[in-house]
Amino acid sequence: MKLLNILLSAFRALIRNKLRTLLTMLGMIIGVGAVIIMLAIGEGAQNAVKESINSLGSNILILMPGSFNQGGVHMGAGTRSSLTEDDINAIARECPSVKYITPVVTTGGQIVYGNMNWATRTMGVNDQYLDIRQWKMGSGDFFTDQDVKGGAKVCILGQTVVDNLFGDGTDPIEQTIRIRNKPFRVVGVLSKKGQNSEGQDQDDVILAPYTTVQKRLSFNQWIGQAMISCVSADGINSATKEITEVLRMRHKTLPQDPDDFTIRNQADIASMRNQTNETMTILLACIAGVSLLVGGIGIMNIMLVSVTERTREIGIRMSVGAKGSDILTQFLIEALVLSLFGGTIGIILGISGSKILTKAFEWQTYITTFSVMLSFGFSIVIGIFFGWYPARKAAMLDPIDALRYE
Amino acid sequence: MSDNNGRKKVIEISHVTKVYKLGDEVDVHALRGVSLDIYQGEFIAIMGASGSGKSTFMNILGCLDKPTKGNYMLDGIDVGSLSRDKLAEIRNKKLGFVFQGFNLLSRTSAIENTELPLFYCSISQKRRKEKALDALKRVGLGERINHYPNQLSGGQQQRVAIARSLVNDPTIILADEPTGNLDSRTSVEVMGIFQELNNQGITIVLVTHEPDIADFTKRHVIFKDGKIKSD
Ligand SMILES: Nc1ncnc2c1ncn2[C@@H]1O[C@H](COP(=O)(O)OP(=O)(O)O)[C@@H](O)[C@H]1O
Ligand SMILES: [Mg+2]
Repeated sequence: MKLLNILLSAFRALIRNKLRTLLTMLGMIIGVGAVIIMLAIGEGAQNAVKESINSLGSNILILMPGSFNQGGVHMGAGTRSSLTEDDINAIARECPSVKYITPVVTTGGQIVYGNMNWATRTMGVNDQYLDIRQWKMGSGDFFTDQDVKGGAKVCILGQTVVDNLFGDGTDPIEQTIRIRNKPFRVVGVLSKKGQNSEGQDQDDVILAPYTTVQKRLSFNQWIGQAMISCVSADGINSATKEITEVLRMRHKTLPQDPDDFTIRNQADIASMRNQTNETMTILLACIAGVSLLVGGIGIMNIMLVSVTERTREIGIRMSVGAKGSDILTQFLIEALVLSLFGGTIGIILGISGSKILTKAFEWQTYITTFSVMLSFGFSIVIGIFFGWYPARKAAMLDPIDALRYE
Repeated sequence: MSDNNGRKKVIEISHVTKVYKLGDEVDVHALRGVSLDIYQGEFIAIMGASGSGKSTFMNILGCLDKPTKGNYMLDGIDVGSLSRDKLAEIRNKKLGFVFQGFNLLSRTSAIENTELPLFYCSISQKRRKEKALDALKRVGLGERINHYPNQLSGGQQQRVAIARSLVNDPTIILADEPTGNLDSRTSVEVMGIFQELNNQGITIVLVTHEPDIADFTKRHVIFKDGKIKSD
C-alpha cells in the first residue's frame, strides 16, 4: 500500500473519531507545550544571567581569600582571612594588566536619617569602584582618594536608599545620616541600576571608603573581596597570572601548596549561577517530559482500543491481501499522525505560552530552535514507541479470527 | 493439469484435514480427509448440513486458514508451504472472497470498498479507479458508487462485495453463503450476477444449503461430517 494512501486512510480514521482524537492529542499537546515553555524559561534565565554578569562591568575579576576546590563547591572561599590592604596595593602597583582594583568590604546595619530608618548593606570600596562597575553618579560627587586614605566619614547612596530615607524630597547631598549610629556625610547619589539576575536590587546599597568601613563599622582589617578591572578582554588571563604571582610571593606560598585565594572571572561567575539555573531547567524539563510520556501512554491506550474496535476491519483488509506489514504501517502511521499533530500544536502552544509569560510576568523566555527540534523529535519517537505495540498487535492478528470478531 | 475437456485445473485439494483444538482434551475434526479438483470456468455449489465443515473448507481454499494435514495446490502453487506474507499476496492476486455478512468497511464508500484489494498491489490511482468502476458496473451498481454501506440495501451491499472480489481479476471467486443474509428475491438477483460472471469465464465456488440456490450452479459437492458425501 502506498504511503500516501496509508496517510489518507490514517487521517480518515482519526477524523472519524474527532473528539477521541482531540483528547488523545491533548496529552501530547500539553506535554510538548510544557517542554517548550520550560526550556524557554530556562534559556531565558540563562540569558538574564549573561546580561547581568555583563552589567557588572567589562573584563572584571573578583579576588577572594581562601580557595575553591575543583567543581566549584564552596570550600571556605572568602572565609579565611589572608588578603590585606597591602596586597591590594601591591597588585595595583605590580600588575600591568590590572587597570582598576578596589577592595570590597561589606557590612550590614540600620541607617537612620531624622525619624526615617532603613536596613541595607554598606560596601566599603575605593574611588575606583565606579570605573570598575561602569556606574554613573546621579548627583553629587564620588569620594576621593584623599577621603579613602583619610578614612573620611562620607558616603554615597543608592537610589533605593534615597527613596526610603528621603521620601519627602529633601536633597540628600550634604545631609548627615547615621550608619549603625555613626554619622556619615552624604556626598553623592548613584544613578539607578535596577535588579541583577537574582532579583537583587543593586540600588539598595551605600558606598563608603573601605578604610572608614573597616575602622568604624566592621572593625576588621582583612579584605573580604576585591574587584578588578583588566585593561582589556585579552588581559583577563595575564591579569590572573600576574595577580597569582604577586599574591603567592607576598603570602610566601610554597610551590607545592595551593593558592590561598581565588580569582574568578565573569565566565566563572556566569557558569556558577547557570549551574543552579540549569539544574532547575533540567528538573522542569523532566517534569514536562513526564507529561510527554503520559501523552504517549494515552496514544498507546487509544491505539489499543482502536485495534480492538477495528479487528474486523483488519480481518477484511487481510482477506483482500493486506500483509502484516501493511497493517503495521497503517496503525503506526495513525499513531505518528496523532503524536506529530499533537506535537505541532504543542509547539505552537508552547511558543505562544512563553510569549504570554513574558508579557504577563516579565519572565525572560527564549525559544531555541533546539527546543523545538527536540520536542518535534520527541513527538516522532513517542509516536513510534507507543504506536508500535498496538500496531504490532494488529499486524499479528490471524485473518480468520479477525474476520470472526464480533 | 487438465481434464478430458482440456480445461485447466486451478485447484487440487488432496486428503485435507482440519482439527481445531479446544483446550487440552477436546479436538474438533472439522475436515476428515477431503480431496477435490476444481477446473477453470467451473461453477460449484458446496452443500451440506450446518457444521459439516463447509466454511472450514472455504477458508482453506481462500488461504485464510491452513489445513492441519493434506495438500493444496492453487494454480500450480503449493500453498501449504507459503509464509503469511506470500499467502496475503495469493489472496490479493488470485482470490476473491464473498462473505455471508458482506464484510464491507463501514463509513467507506462503495467505490473505495471495491478498490480495497488494489490498495495492496502496485497500481496507479487512475487505473485503480477505472477497475473499481468497471467491477461495480459488472454487478449493476454503476450509479451508487459513492454510497456508504449503511445507505445500501443488503443485496446492494453484497453486490459491492462481489465487485470487490472480482476487481483484481482473480483465478477463483469463493463465496461462503453469499445469499444467507438476503431474502429470496434478492438472492435470485445475486445468483444471477454470479451466473453472469461464470458465463464470462470466472471460476466460482459457493457455499449454500438451499437447493434453489444450488440449482444455479453446474456442479454440486455435498459435505457431511467433514467429508465429501457426493460430488
Ligand atoms: N474456530 C473454530 N474453533 C473450533 N471449532 C470450530 C471452529 N470453526 C469451526 N469449528 C467447528 O468445526 C466444524 C465445522 O464448522 P464449519 O466449517 O463452520 O461448518 P459449516 O460452515 O458447514 O456450518 C463445526 O463443528 C464447528 O463447530
Ligand atoms: Mg458455515
